[in-house]
Amino acid sequence: MNDLRERVFIITPAAIWETEVDVHYGWWLPPNIGGDNAQGVDRLIYVVHFFMAVLFVGWGALFAYCLVRFRDRTGISAAYEEIKAKPSKYAEIGVIVFEVFLLVALSMPIWASVKTKIPTGSDVVTVRCVAEQFAWNFHYAGKDGEFGTTKATLVGTENPLGIDRSDPKAKDDIAVINTLHIPINKPVVIRGTSKDVIHSFFIPVLRAKSDLIPGMTVPIWFEAKKTGTFDIQCAQLCGNNHFKMKGQLFVDSSENFSKWLDEQAASAGGEEEEEE
Amino acid sequence: MAESHAHHAHEPQDAHGHGGDHGHGHPELPFWRKYIFSIDHKVIGVQYAVSALVFLFFGFCLMALMRYQLAYPSTPLNFLNGIFGERRWQSGFMTPDFYNELGAMHGTIMVFLAIVPVLVGGFGNFVLPLQIGAPDMAFPKLNMMSYWVYVPGGLIMLASFFTQQGAAASGWTAYAPLSVIAKNGETLWLLGMVFLITSSLLGSINFIVTVAHMRARGLSMFRLPFFVWAQLVTSFLLLLAFPPLEAAAVLQLMDRVAGTSFFLPSGLVVSGSALQVAGGGNPLLWQHLFWFLAHPEVYVLILPALGIVSEVIANNIRKPLWGYRTLVYSTIFLGFMSFVVWAHHMFMTGMGTTMSTFFQATTMIISIPSVIILTCLLLSLWGARIRYTVPMLFALAFLPMFGIGGLTGLPLGLTTSDIHLHDTYYVIGHFHYVVAPGTIFAVFAGIYYWFPKVTGRKLNDFLGKLHFWPSLIFINMVFMPMFFQGMAGVSRRLYDQTQYHSGSGVHTLTQISSWGAWLLGLAQLPFIYNFFASIFVGQKVSDNPWNATTLEWAAPSPPPHGNFAAEPVVHRGPYEYSVPGAAQDFSPQHIA
Repeated sequence: MNDLRERVFIITPAAIWETEVDVHYGWWLPPNIGGDNAQGVDRLIYVVHFFMAVLFVGWGALFAYCLVRFRDRTGISAAYEEIKAKPSKYAEIGVIVFEVFLLVALSMPIWASVKTKIPTGSDVVTVRCVAEQFAWNFHYAGKDGEFGTTKATLVGTENPLGIDRSDPKAKDDIAVINTLHIPINKPVVIRGTSKDVIHSFFIPVLRAKSDLIPGMTVPIWFEAKKTGTFDIQCAQLCGNNHFKMKGQLFVDSSENFSKWLDEQAASAGGEEEEEE
Repeated sequence: MAESHAHHAHEPQDAHGHGGDHGHGHPELPFWRKYIFSIDHKVIGVQYAVSALVFLFFGFCLMALMRYQLAYPSTPLNFLNGIFGERRWQSGFMTPDFYNELGAMHGTIMVFLAIVPVLVGGFGNFVLPLQIGAPDMAFPKLNMMSYWVYVPGGLIMLASFFTQQGAAASGWTAYAPLSVIAKNGETLWLLGMVFLITSSLLGSINFIVTVAHMRARGLSMFRLPFFVWAQLVTSFLLLLAFPPLEAAAVLQLMDRVAGTSFFLPSGLVVSGSALQVAGGGNPLLWQHLFWFLAHPEVYVLILPALGIVSEVIANNIRKPLWGYRTLVYSTIFLGFMSFVVWAHHMFMTGMGTTMSTFFQATTMIISIPSVIILTCLLLSLWGARIRYTVPMLFALAFLPMFGIGGLTGLPLGLTTSDIHLHDTYYVIGHFHYVVAPGTIFAVFAGIYYWFPKVTGRKLNDFLGKLHFWPSLIFINMVFMPMFFQGMAGVSRRLYDQTQYHSGSGVHTLTQISSWGAWLLGLAQLPFIYNFFASIFVGQKVSDNPWNATTLEWAAPSPPPHGNFAAEPVVHRGPYEYSVPGAAQDFSPQHIA
């Protein structure tokens, strides 16, 4: 594939087809491994594009017909009187009605779920995400389920999140860079912020996106229905290495996720001893 | 045709003879007063249009360079090392910093130095006073000042490329805090913006007063050509939307140079060390102020284009426009609504349900007048006798292209589908369809249409068609793939898309887009040649070569200083074509 891409200075139809069938992410929506909200996003995208296609084709057909039928021909003169266009009124009312339907039935309920129905409860996995130029820092609460305090003054290369390890709640906290592990089929809440400029946390396969803005914390929640490794992208220009600000999402089975947490807890504890 | 000429046959000689009649200047103005620091709206219009077209070409070149990096991120171009220097081009590759500079400046130049100046400063200045039968703008000196404030704004922007730290690189939107902690180019960008905004404000006041006070006798508001209405509404948008951005630009300038923190929250840590600033500000404040301008600005980019297209279509269908008053009311409604949709650019900033409900509802509402305007223009074709002149080809192509641009705004205006599409190439495709094959095609339509009025000569038809067809094909080749890239989830403003699976999956599309852009550049060669050659050797034509009805065609070509020998009196509406019982298929506004 790669050498093919290098070669296609001249684009051939063959190259186009090969690219499409060969890769995981294609020319249309990427695979959707998300829960109801992610499905709702796709549903609206499909319905609204169908609506757009109907409008464009209908409108385009009339346009093309006019261009041919009313071309300049000798002996034919233009009509001064306005035509009475009832159908155009109906079309416009149709557009309004359909837009209200899109808004009320397909867009607002999903958005309300994304923004206000943030899951709570014992099975929810909460992860803090602090973006920086040009990395994603993920902060897990560890066994006690409580996040330790963080301080801007403690931030350094060894401690990018500025976790205050003297806080008892922080003892078992886990900090990782650019890798987000989550368990399958469980609601996950990301509490996102940024320490420098605005970034945007975007996981295409989960149809999840939100800006991470310094000075505010924004909740992002989703469920993953398939295991695997996927990209976390930055969607907001954040500086010269914006293009390299890539994270990896690991959707693990429940057992693998617990195993990973244990490994991380062990290595975090080890680090702490060294520090002391 | 013969009649209209008989009426004005004596004009050119007379008007040259005693320009003093109108209380304007003196006939023996020195060169620099006549062509450089001119107060004549036509000279200023041409100055604006030519400067803007140069900037348009320059902005295009920046993008053509970026398109190489996007299409061939791993194929070096070593010969450019020496040309661009170490900071911008290293061992055959553009640096990411330079890529971001090109991106930010492409957007800024296209919007603020090319499209707005050519539409308002260029076409508005040249055509509007002629269309309302006025001898000049209401404030000729303010008009001159407007242009000469625009020039330093442009020069500052250009100069920033040559400073040691390079030009602004935080996107044309200059989001804080990135823009506040950015290198010095950003300061120059802000200074340049203050000049450009001031220039637009001066122009907008002038247009409003001119339309209000200087219309010819008999030219009531509902006899105005639609182009004048579009310019009038545009001027109100500029007047009301630009001051907040001017204030915001000054605030950001203070954040950069005076240590204030309007847009910086407390506790920022940049590159591992705490930023020594007062803090307590809010990055979202910048976005609200910016988009409060920049959404009306979108309509500043569209409405004059709709005005041009309506003039060209009305002239070439040889019948009145369908629903003239509907067009006018829709345009006014668009103008109002454009002030209450701005936050749809900010759906991903953690906005809750209350605000997003309001803004997605207003966004759906604003699509209605746009649909009505397009419908009016489409229904105008019914029963027409369409002349396929070169300006008409561009004007007709505008309709479906603008249609695609408008329709693809729907999934972005609905918060739920915006979750996936926001800040992807889908957005780039969407607004470029509005502004590039939309507005820029309207600009070309206007150039081909009014060139005979400016020069007395016509642009060559064959070269015009050689310009039109390849441009139409290649511009779609540039922007159509972007919708698919956006669907695939490719983020905007990436120096190398292939870093992500979403980008490498559609890399072929990126290459198609790039080739489209380069071929589109080639397709402009016939136009550039045609433009310059026709000034000198173009076919000489009469004062009203298109058999048009509006007042600008009642003036000689080129119109002398003061425009009309005697003030024209208007007897009818703007688009009286094929009136039953009339001797010819057009009834000019000024002939009784």
